Amino acid sequence: MDFRITGSEIDPSALMRNLRDTRTGACVVFEGRVRAESGGRAVKSLDYEAYAPLAEKEGRRILAEAREKFGITAAACLHRTGSLQLGDIAVWVAVTAGHRAAAFDACRYIIDETKARVPIWKREHYADGSTEWINCAVRGPASDGL
Amino acid sequence: MSKTVRVRYFAVLREQRGLDEESIATDAATAADLYEELRARHGFTLAADRLRVAVNDEFEPWTAAVGNDDSVVFIPPVAGG
Repeated sequence: MDFRITGSEIDPSALMRNLRDTRTGACVVFEGRVRAESGGRAVKSLDYEAYAPLAEKEGRRILAEAREKFGITAAACLHRTGSLQLGDIAVWVAVTAGHRAAAFDACRYIIDETKARVPIWKREHYADGSTEWINCAVRGPASDGL
Repeated sequence: MSKTVRVRYFAVLREQRGLDEESIATDAATAADLYEELRARHGFTLAADRLRVAVNDEFEPWTAAVGNDDSVVFIPPVAGG
């Protein structure tokens, strides 16, 4: 069970070697990749920044919760920082379990909670040259309630 | 009583402050007081209700006391994944 922040390219095949276990009949992997579009705007690249000590602590709490809730065998999550290009892996989650239902459910739980709780920030660079920190816009009166 | 705290900045706050971290002499009693003091000084656009706060690498409520030599991080809305 590990959750790590890394500035290096994520290599799924190397990570998968740590999850081989003949007790498990299911392994679910989620890769979050850099997409060329966000909210209708053309994206050129992304920067991720993390408050690593607390991100890893909170991430490990999420993995422990997943184990408790779903009875999985093992789980791991790796999240990138730094500058990423289109198609790069931004986040990698893997879960092993005896059967598929727990593995799918736990994988979904881990990525959803990671996005909601772990102190990691994303800045998008758009094709028109502008940039934006996602979720950090100051809401004006016109967008209240959206 | 005046104390010195270390504040680290990330993402939009880092850009608005123009620094990764700084040591600050302050009379702020709580994390909320400290944020309001810094927001007034530096013009941070995000209100405290959009942020969380960590003291010494752990999430804390805004009412948490800030002590001498504490490390404080104001956490803008996260966007991992």
